[in-house]
Amino acid sequence: MRVSFTVNGRPQEADDVWEGESLLYVLRERLGLPGSKNACEQGECGSCTVRLDGVPVCSCLVAAGQAQDRRVDTVEGLAGEGGELSPIQQAFVDAGAVQCGFCTPGLLVAADELLEHNPSPSDGDIREALSGNLCRCTGYEKILDAVRLAAARTGQAV
Amino acid sequence: MEFLRPASWQEALAAKAEHPSAVPIAGGTDVMVEINFDHRRPDHLLDLNRIGELEEWETGEDTVRLGASVPYSKIMAGLRRELPGLALASHTVASPQIRNRGGVGGNLGTASPAGDAHPALLAGGAAVEAESVRGSRLIPIDDFYTGVKRNALAPDELIRAVHLKKASGPQQFSKVGTRNAMVIAVCAFGIALHPDTRTVRTGIGSAAPTPVRARTAEEFLAAALDEAGLWESRKAVPPAVAKQFAVLVAAAANPIDDVRGTAAYRRHALGVMARRTLGWTWEQYRGHGSEQGSTSCA
Amino acid sequence: MGITRTPTSLTQSEATRGGIGESTLRPDGTLKVTGEFAYSSDLWHEDMLWGYTLRSTVAHATIASIDTGEALATPGVYAVLTYDDLPTEVKHYGLEIRDTPVLAHGKVRHHGEPVALVAADHPETARRAAAKIRVVYEPLPVITDEASATAPDAVLVHDGREDHHIGHVAHPNIVHRQPILRGDADRAAARADVVVSGEYVFGMQDQAFLGPESGLAVPAEDGGVDLYVATQWLHSDLRQIAPVLGLPERKVRMTLSGVGGAFGGREDLSMQIHGCLLALRTGKPVKIVYNRFESFFGHVHRHPARLWYEHGATRDGKLTHVRCRIVLDGGAYASASPAVVGNAASLSIGPYVVDDVDIEALALYTNNPPCGAMRGFGAVQACFAYEAQMDKVAARLGMDPVEFRQINAMEQGTVMPTGQLVDSPAPVAELLRRVKSRPLPPERQWETTEGADVRALPGGLSNTTHGEGVVRGVGYAVGIKNVGFSEGFDDYSTARVRMQVINGEPVATVHTAMAEVGQGGVTVHAQIARSELGVTQVTILPADTRVGSAGSTSASRQTYMTGGAVKNTCEAVREKVFDLGRRKFGTYHPAWATAELLLEGGRVVTDGGEALAEIADVLEDEVVDLELEFRHRPTQAFDLRTGQGNGHVQYSFAAHRAVVEVDTELGLVKVVELACAQDVGKALNPLSVVGQIQGGTTQGLGVAVMEEIVVDPKTALVRNPSFTDYLIPTILDTPTIPVDVLELADEHAPYGLRGVGEAPTLSSTPAVLAAIRQATGLELNRTPVRPEHLTGS
Repeated sequence: MRVSFTVNGRPQEADDVWEGESLLYVLRERLGLPGSKNACEQGECGSCTVRLDGVPVCSCLVAAGQAQDRRVDTVEGLAGEGGELSPIQQAFVDAGAVQCGFCTPGLLVAADELLEHNPSPSDGDIREALSGNLCRCTGYEKILDAVRLAAARTGQAV
Repeated sequence: MEFLRPASWQEALAAKAEHPSAVPIAGGTDVMVEINFDHRRPDHLLDLNRIGELEEWETGEDTVRLGASVPYSKIMAGLRRELPGLALASHTVASPQIRNRGGVGGNLGTASPAGDAHPALLAGGAAVEAESVRGSRLIPIDDFYTGVKRNALAPDELIRAVHLKKASGPQQFSKVGTRNAMVIAVCAFGIALHPDTRTVRTGIGSAAPTPVRARTAEEFLAAALDEAGLWESRKAVPPAVAKQFAVLVAAAANPIDDVRGTAAYRRHALGVMARRTLGWTWEQYRGHGSEQGSTSCA
Repeated sequence: MGITRTPTSLTQSEATRGGIGESTLRPDGTLKVTGEFAYSSDLWHEDMLWGYTLRSTVAHATIASIDTGEALATPGVYAVLTYDDLPTEVKHYGLEIRDTPVLAHGKVRHHGEPVALVAADHPETARRAAAKIRVVYEPLPVITDEASATAPDAVLVHDGREDHHIGHVAHPNIVHRQPILRGDADRAAARADVVVSGEYVFGMQDQAFLGPESGLAVPAEDGGVDLYVATQWLHSDLRQIAPVLGLPERKVRMTLSGVGGAFGGREDLSMQIHGCLLALRTGKPVKIVYNRFESFFGHVHRHPARLWYEHGATRDGKLTHVRCRIVLDGGAYASASPAVVGNAASLSIGPYVVDDVDIEALALYTNNPPCGAMRGFGAVQACFAYEAQMDKVAARLGMDPVEFRQINAMEQGTVMPTGQLVDSPAPVAELLRRVKSRPLPPERQWETTEGADVRALPGGLSNTTHGEGVVRGVGYAVGIKNVGFSEGFDDYSTARVRMQVINGEPVATVHTAMAEVGQGGVTVHAQIARSELGVTQVTILPADTRVGSAGSTSASRQTYMTGGAVKNTCEAVREKVFDLGRRKFGTYHPAWATAELLLEGGRVVTDGGEALAEIADVLEDEVVDLELEFRHRPTQAFDLRTGQGNGHVQYSFAAHRAVVEVDTELGLVKVVELACAQDVGKALNPLSVVGQIQGGTTQGLGVAVMEEIVVDPKTALVRNPSFTDYLIPTILDTPTIPVDVLELADEHAPYGLRGVGEAPTLSSTPAVLAAIRQATGLELNRTPVRPEHLTGS
C-alpha cells in the first residue's frame, strides 16, 4: 500500500508498504530517516520515540497505515535549519549524557516534549517523563544532568 | 494482509461485518508487538485511529461515557475526579509513550488478565458498549471476560465506549511489578467505595485466568461497614475487618506460578494491597486523605 | 545510489578540544544527538536483501531432517542455507575453542541455535519462507546443571572433544577447571574462632545492549566480501570468519559500524558469518538485523553460578582461611568460559589478605543458553558471594562490616592467592572509608506537602505503598577485577598515527581497530594525540581491519591498551618530528641537540619553554606515518594444579555503599542512593570515567533486584526472551550515584591509568543485597532478589 504523511514538516510518501510494517520501519528503511532506533520493537524501551501529531509515541507500535495524513516529528527534526543543535541536544552532548547513543534519539524527543510543557521540571518530573526510555550505558545520572541543564539554559534565555 | 482504514464508525462496523476476523488496531500496544514478533498474521487490520469520536468522552449527570480509544494519558489528566480508580490505573500503564496511544478498548479487546484497566473497570462497575451492524448493546463488565484472553464480543462487534458511573466515593488502584515503572503487573487490585449504595466493589488483575472481582470480600466488607454503622460514623475500620477483607481478597484469586511471580506471592500481595487500598480509601472517605490520595503528585 | 550510512571520520569543533585529564566532549556526540550517527542496523544498500535466521525451538535434539524446498520456492527468496551448504571444511567457530557450528549439524544443543538461513527481498518474505522450512527434531535428554552434566551416564554435550582443556577436567561436560591452592587451609582453619559458610546462587544476566545485533555484508568483485558490523573485536571476528568462508583474511574487509552498547555480548560472533555466506551465495548485499526476541538468542549471557564458601576468622577480625567452590554454567558452547573460570578462581576471595586458601572454579557444558563475556565476568559472581560472606563473618564477630573489611583489606605489596605480588596501589581500605564517610541521604524523601510521592517509594508509579511497610537498609561492598587479558595471552594493540600539514596547520590522524561501543575511546584517542603531538586538529578514522588488531573492547582494557598504543605511536611520531627538526634547524640552535624537546601548541619547544620551531615548518610536505604495536607486561598461565602464576597485569578496585528502602510486606525495593568510590589511576577524561562508573553501577543494581534470564529446568527453554519479562532498570529504578574518583598512579601503565569499566559492576550488586539484608533481616543467598524471596511467599 501507499502511505503518505508529514515528517519534520515535509510531506513524505512510501510505496509498496507491507501492511504489517510499523511507522518505525517506514521511517528507517523507506524514508532514509534511521535516527529513530529499533531496540526492542515492543514498546518497552522508548528508543523509537517520535511525536505523532505532537504527542510522543513508540513508532514501533504505530502501524504505518495509521500514520496516513498525520504529522510525525523525529529526532532528525530537532536541530535548526542550519544544523544548529537544539538546547536539549546541546545539553546531552555537554553533560556527557551520550555513550553508545542508541537510546539518545528517543530520550531527546521525550525530553524535548517534557520541557515544552514543563520548562522547569523537578527531578521527579524528569524521571517520570523519561521512565519509558531505557538506557543501558549511563545509569541515567548524566541524562538527568542534561535535562536540568537544558531547562536552566532555556530558562536563562527567556 | 489488508489494511482497512474506515473513516467513520459506521464504515468500521461495516468492515468488521464483512471481515469478522479483522483485528482492530488503535493504540497498537498489543497488536503491533504480535506483528513485529511474528506471533500473528491477521488477514485484515482494521485501523480505528481515524474515528475521532472514539477518542472523546461525554460526562453526564451521573455517568461518563468513555470512548474506547481515549488515551490513558487523557484519562489520567482529565477524569481524576470522575473516575479516580481508572485514572490511577491509567497512570500505571506501561510508559508515557504508550499511555499517549493506548485506551481501555485495547485492554478490553485483548482481555489479558494483566491489562491494567480491568481491576478499575470491575471495581467501578463499568458496562462495555459493543456495537455491530446488527445493533448496539451494553455488556456489564461482570459478564465481559469469558476466558483467558477471551471476551463476550461477537465476531462482528467492536467496542465503542465504556460506561461508568461517576465516583460517589473514594477509589484506589495498586499494582505489583518487579520494576518501579514500565512494568507489566505481577498482580493488581482495584477498590471502589460506593457510599450511595453502601457497597464496595473490587477488581483483581493477573491473578486468575480472567480479571475477577472478590465478591465474598466485597460482601463481607459492606456488611461489616453497615453493621458497625461506619458509613455514617465514618470511624476507622477495625483492623480485624481490614484483615479479614484482605484474606478474602487473596482467597478470591486463582493465580498460577509463572515467570513473573509465584501463585503464593500473588495471593500474599493481593492481601497486602487490599488492606492498604482499603485504608487509603476509607481514610479519604473519613475526610482525612487528600483528594486522590497521595498519588496525585505521581 | 550505493551503500549508505557507513562510518565516517570524526573530527571536533573548536569547543570540544582538549588533552588528557580534561573532560573533552565526545567527537561523535553531535552525530549521535542528531540521529546521523550510523549504527550497524542503519546500514542500507541499494538492491540489498534481508537475511533471516531460523533457530531451534528445542534445547537438545538430533536433527532427523531439514526440508528447505518450499522455502526456496517462495517468490522473493534468493537463498536458503543449511549446514550442508557451508563452503569449506571449517564449519565451526569459537573465541578460544572452535566448538560452535556455523549452522546446526545433526544436532542442536541449546534453545535458539541457528539451523538455517534465508535471504529475501523483504524481512517479511524471509520470515514467511523460514516458517516453511521443515525441521524434524528427535529430542535428547537435557543437561541443565552440575548433577545432570557430571553424572557417569550423562549425555555428552560435545562428543570427541579435542581442545586443550579436555586433559585436565574430570568429565567431558566440564569445559575447564582451575584450582588454586596456597598455604594450608586445613591448618589455618584450626586457628579460626569463627567459621562461616554459605551457598550462593547468581542468576543469568543479559547484557541487554540496546542496539541489536546487525550488519551488512557486501560481496566484492575480487570474490571477497566487505562486512560492516557492530562488534567488540574486529580481528578476532576476522580470524573466525575467513576460514569458514574459505577466503584469505585480506579478502574479508571489516569495518566497524556504529555500536549500540556491547558489555561483552558482542565478543562472540552473531550474524557475521551468516551475512557473508548469504552475500557470497546470492551475489547481493545482505543485511541482517535481529529483533529483541532474537537478540536474546543471538549472544551469550553472563554465566549463572553456584558458589560455596567457607571463611574463618579470629576473634580480632583477621581472616584465617577461605575455601570455595564456584560452578559456572557455560551453556552449550565454550565461548569465553575458560577465561571466566580463570577470573573467578583467581579473584574468588576478593580484595583481602588471606594466606591459606583452597579454591576451585569450573565451567560446565550444558544445554542451557551459551554464556560468555559480560562486564566483570567471573569476578562479578564471586564478589556477590564473598561480600555476603564478609558481612556474615563480621556479624558473627560482632564487628562493623566496613571495619572488618578494612582489617583484612589488601594493599600494595599483598600477595594474591595465585602468588602474584600486587605491585601498584590497592587502596581498598581507603575506598571503603570514602563511601562510608559520605553523609546518608535524608530519610522519607517521599513525603511532600501534598502527600506521598510514590515515585520516590518502592513500587514507584504502581502505587503500592504510601510509606507502609517501608524500612531502610544500608550495605557496603568492595571488589577486585583484573584489567586486560590474563594468563599468558599475548595481549597487544595497534595504532597508526599520521602527522602532516594541512592548510598550514599540523594535523594528526589516528587509525586503530578499536571498537568504540560507547565507552568513549575515540574521545580519549584524540585527547592523547593532542597532548603528545601538540596539535589541536585530530581526525579519528573509522575502525577497520586495514590496520592491526586493537584487541577487544573488554576487560576494562581499551584505554590502557589502545590508548597506550596511540600514546606509544604518537611518541614515535614525535621523535620523527624532532629528527626532522634537528636535520632542518639543528645548526641554528644548540637546544635541538641538548634540550629535552616537547610538542606544544603547534610548536617544538624545549622543556624550559623555549619555542624552537613551528611544527608546520618542520614538517612542510613531509608526512610522518607510523603503525606500532603496544603490549602490556607479559603474564603467565595459572598452574593447572595449584593455580600459582603471575596471571594478571593490573587490578582495579571499587567500593559501594547502597542505601535502599524496602517495602517489607510486598518485597519491593527502591534503591535510594548508590555511592561509589573507585581508584582509576589517572582519569584521562573525568566526565567519561564518571559515566562508566555510573553505568557499571546500574548494571550491578539490575542484577541485584530484577535482571534474570529464566531457563526452564526441565526443557532448558528460555522463558523470558523479551523486554517485557527481562527487565532492566528504568530511570525511576536508578538512584543518585555519587562518585568519588581516586587517582593513584600505576607506574606500569600508560599515564598511570587503571582500567575503569568493570570494577563498579562488581561491588554494586552485593552492596544492594547487603542493604536489603539489613532492612529485612533475611539471609538472601541468591541474586536477583525477587519479591517472593523477601516476603517468604
